[in-house]
Amino acid sequence: MAIQVEHEIHTRRRGRNIGVGLLLLGFIAIVFGLTVVKVLQLGDLRSFETFDHVVRPQILPENLPETAPEAAPEGTN
Amino acid sequence: MSDMSLHETTPDTVYEAQMGDYFALLKPRVMSLVVFTALVGLLVAPVPVHPFIGFVAILCIAVGAGASGALNMWWDADIDAAMRRTAKRPIPDGRVQPGEALGLGLALSFFAILLLGLATNAVATGLLAFTIFFYAVIYSMWLKRATPQNIVIGGAAGAFPPMIGWAVATGGVSIESVLMFGLIFMWTPPHFWALALFVKTDYGDAGVPMLTETHGRRVTRNHVLAYCLPLVAVALGLGFTSIGGPVYLAVAVVFNAWFLKGCYDIWRRDEAQAEADKYKVEIKTFKVSLYYLFAHFGALLIEAALRANHIGGL
Repeated sequence: MAIQVEHEIHTRRRGRNIGVGLLLLGFIAIVFGLTVVKVLQLGDLRSFETFDHVVRPQILPENLPETAPEAAPEGTN
Repeated sequence: MSDMSLHETTPDTVYEAQMGDYFALLKPRVMSLVVFTALVGLLVAPVPVHPFIGFVAILCIAVGAGASGALNMWWDADIDAAMRRTAKRPIPDGRVQPGEALGLGLALSFFAILLLGLATNAVATGLLAFTIFFYAVIYSMWLKRATPQNIVIGGAAGAFPPMIGWAVATGGVSIESVLMFGLIFMWTPPHFWALALFVKTDYGDAGVPMLTETHGRRVTRNHVLAYCLPLVAVALGLGFTSIGGPVYLAVAVVFNAWFLKGCYDIWRRDEAQAEADKYKVEIKTFKVSLYYLFAHFGALLIEAALRANHIGGL
């Protein structure tokens, strides 16, 4: 008996296969969404990038976002 | 087994279980109540939850409830086959094999607990795991066939969802979540026994001890009133906690008076009177019990909305 390209079981289980596919896609979307939300809730990620004391361009002082300059002490100007 | 051998040995008449059959294993009607009460527990909590995490948490609680439903159907397939109401469920009807239900129940339990643990906290996760264990093992496997108080014990499993929702937000258990648990726990017996009085069940044929059959209808009527009294105390008590307020209290007073009156009427009459008017009071009280739970949790939601807008509160 020749193996059919479109086996009968493919037709018979089409609904189930589509359902399982959609469930897996939903699961991926949930894990992805959770990851995004959890990472965003961490706040400033740079604080996590210094744990190994390796210099990275994004945490060099000159690449940090500009902050308001501190007021100079009286009498220094 | 090869692909070809499958083709040769599977007759055309063999029924192939579809997604709907597997979904039916999850007891979707029970899931809808679980979703509603868990959502209220989550929304009334004083700690805000990110909407996506809230969505995932409710999904996990619903899937966990569905998983325990599938495990219940796997274990109780013999009982379901013996009763008219449940004979068309997927396993006794032959649409799903018992092993499939067991596998689905275990897999969904695992995923629901794992995902809730990743998304929220240990208390909520532990409560969900315990709820599934409680319903599948303590209720279904152990006590359902052993005691006529089975419905009281089974009610505890249905009472956990608002507690889990609350724990998702707060990470703990408090008087508010315990009273929400108590509200559903104490509500279940009079709700179910009012139903058992007017519906002719065949639990006896299936070997399940139901109060109406083991102790008779007089005792069941006594139990309806006996469980309604502490229910009223719990329901009103909830109104004086941080999630209660004037709206909740007003709703609770009206619905508790209404339900208590129905339970008192059920207790007062005997079987001859009930048969004479075709169980009119029992049917009415059962319907009131449905509104009762919805009204209480709905009122808690209204109170939460008012608090969010800085209106009302005790």
